[in-house]
Amino acid sequence: METVLSGLATGFGVALDPFNLFLVLVGCFAGTLIGALPGLGPINGVAILLPIAYSLGFGPESALILLAGIYYGAEYGGRISSILLNVPGDAGAVMTTLDGNPMARSGNAGRALSLSAVASFVGGTFAVILLSLFAPILAAFAVTFSPADYVALMVFAFASLASLVGKSTVKTLLGALIGLMLATIGIDANTGIPRYTFGVPDILAGIDFLIVVVGLFGMAELLTLVEQQVSGQLKSLPVDKSFVRWADLARTKWTIARSSMIGFFIGILPGTGASVASAVAYGTEKRISDTEGTFGTGDVRGLAAPEAANNAAAGGAMVPMLTLGIPGSGTTAILLGALLMFNIQPGPMMFSQRPEVAWGLIASMYIGNVALLVINLPLVGLFARMLTIPQKYLTPMIAILAFIGIYTIVGNPFDLLMITGLGVFGWFLRKMDFSLAPVILGFVLGALFENNLRRALSISGGDWWILVGNYKSIVLYLLAILVVALPIYLGRRARRMEGDAVSAEDAHRP
Amino acid sequence: MLLSRISAATIVAAGLAIPAFAQVMIDKPECVAPANPGGGFDLTCRIAQTGLEPHIADPVQVTFMPGGIGAVAFNLFNTTRTDDGSAIVAFSTGSLLNIVTGKYGEFTEKDVRWLATAGADFGAVVVRADSKYESLSQLMDDFSADPGSVVLGAGGSVGSQDWMKGALLLKAAGASPMDMRYVAFDGGGDAIAALLGGSIEIYTGDVGEMVPHLESGQMRILAVLSPERLDGAFAEFPTAKEEGYDVEWTILRGFYMGGDVSDEDYQKWVDAFQAAYATEEFAAVQKERGLLPLDMAGAELQASIEQRVQNLREIAKEAGLIQ
Repeated sequence: METVLSGLATGFGVALDPFNLFLVLVGCFAGTLIGALPGLGPINGVAILLPIAYSLGFGPESALILLAGIYYGAEYGGRISSILLNVPGDAGAVMTTLDGNPMARSGNAGRALSLSAVASFVGGTFAVILLSLFAPILAAFAVTFSPADYVALMVFAFASLASLVGKSTVKTLLGALIGLMLATIGIDANTGIPRYTFGVPDILAGIDFLIVVVGLFGMAELLTLVEQQVSGQLKSLPVDKSFVRWADLARTKWTIARSSMIGFFIGILPGTGASVASAVAYGTEKRISDTEGTFGTGDVRGLAAPEAANNAAAGGAMVPMLTLGIPGSGTTAILLGALLMFNIQPGPMMFSQRPEVAWGLIASMYIGNVALLVINLPLVGLFARMLTIPQKYLTPMIAILAFIGIYTIVGNPFDLLMITGLGVFGWFLRKMDFSLAPVILGFVLGALFENNLRRALSISGGDWWILVGNYKSIVLYLLAILVVALPIYLGRRARRMEGDAVSAEDAHRP
Repeated sequence: MLLSRISAATIVAAGLAIPAFAQVMIDKPECVAPANPGGGFDLTCRIAQTGLEPHIADPVQVTFMPGGIGAVAFNLFNTTRTDDGSAIVAFSTGSLLNIVTGKYGEFTEKDVRWLATAGADFGAVVVRADSKYESLSQLMDDFSADPGSVVLGAGGSVGSQDWMKGALLLKAAGASPMDMRYVAFDGGGDAIAALLGGSIEIYTGDVGEMVPHLESGQMRILAVLSPERLDGAFAEFPTAKEEGYDVEWTILRGFYMGGDVSDEDYQKWVDAFQAAYATEEFAAVQKERGLLPLDMAGAELQASIEQRVQNLREIAKEAGLIQ
């Protein structure tokens, strides 16, 4: 505890240096913008700015503070286009569209933006506090997660997401299946054989998650907008001056607490990140608290859950990177590269050898979270006004931004064709009343599930008992059963009590 | 060579500012990393970016072209950008292996111009600090007795470089690579986590990536798969050859250009690299990025690549990857 406090004191000494403070603010602001652009996410933001930070000749702690600011700024910014445009700004913000966009459509864009900023703040801060207190213990626990435990975690994720089953169970299952099929494209790691690539080299390594998100969600949304405009069904939205209320915060406080916890723990596991964290948090929350069936129609809890979770996951991913030198996500892999460029060896030695870098970074995360809240709340009104831009200007603008975003990452024109093709496909799916969320979840979770199952079986030499050979897997399977069974049980009990009440009334009648 | 450099510089520089001493003029120099940011190809391009800075008038831009483990870039530079004299593309021994196993499609090592190296890295056999294996020979004995008793893992898929290291070890122990229990993870980071967590016993990684982990004492290197013992921080680790097993895995990192690039453009880049190789600064850049010097450019590299591809083809055949 004392080392934590003295470490934090060193850290704040570094992070509160006026220049570093300025860099935190610049990073957070730039990150918010990068995250808000569809296609550009934290990975690309950090990767693009890394060489700039290096060539400007900053000290290692300053450069890292700037890059980390961009990282969590982008996790914040991703929600903006999710809420306003129904186009996820980055991979972790897919679930934010489900309730965030309906809120914006019903004239509550400002409320959705400000509430999600608060949820992000709480999730992010929660993660930094746990990170500074328990990082070494948590990291040691995270690496003991074996492929078999990941399989159990995916089963839990599927179980909590079974609640997403919308109007038609068959269509939800078909959607998830389409996602699973998309995930099998590319070289199969366990045999080295290309699957469903049809000789096209561009998809040998599989389809990038961002391309699926921007294509299926973004492009399909744009096509729908154009269609509505052509047929004259498009309603213009009034200027929206709503803001988060105390009642919203009171209603979501337990949602945010639970989701921050889920997000953080999924974030520290190497191999799962913000997208899995937000999906599991949303699914769990819907299972636990969606008694009136309002999730998906603009429920504040459905908005707060994924936003708290994806920011907590961003903090969680820092844990294995700082303490073990193992990146917990794509973005932390680049931050790790940045440390190496400055000749700093991440890992347990970093805290004793370069405390100013390690603790300075952690302190900057506290400051960054506060800064993001301060930057984001006043801008809510400005962002919300975006919705009043006439659709005929807005639609092509989003299309251009999405194309530029995708092209910047990859620089491969084939991907532009891919998002267009997936967009048309997504538009057809929407026409047929498919929900697109199961497709995305099938894509993310399916790949993780398959890879880890096959890893587990190659470790055990084909023995299936490995899947239940460990207390962590068993606990996760029990949780999975609980998350499916509990709502059914509670529902029955509620009905039985209603029934009892009715029959009691009947009994009183003469 | 000096004459051609001066004349090239004067032609390009006519009407422009006079170039600084001995700098090569290349219009908008670009290094294509055929992967997502943060990986080995990114690192290779960064070496060109910082290492060539004093020798090329304009800064080298790094761009990314992920897709198909480098196949997208390889195909693009064989179809549309074949004569682009401003762009170089990063490659590694893994790319050569992909050419050999046909993952890059119809184009082969004869279709591009191999330019220069960025440096070399070597395979390493890594275990957790508290592993029962104290030496490579103990591991090799287990491989000969029962190859299925040891679980190996790494970041590459079956048939990748990481798998090949394991396959070569088994072969040297007299076992069949087909009996190897190999677990493919999604990148070196996940595999190291699995090693520390005890899911796998052996990690077939690279020397360069072990630099940050050596001091912390969480892992041990049983053997380095280099032709000769390395120096510096790695001087204490024996090579597999010293232990009596003929297993070697050199990861060459470098750059190629399109097949139709003019000799003049090609020579400009070769000159820039040759000039860089002669400086201490370039060696420092290599060391910073965890690479060891292995400097070759132009015709020398071209010959070396042909030899290496030939060797890989034989190894892949023996391991059962190709017919």
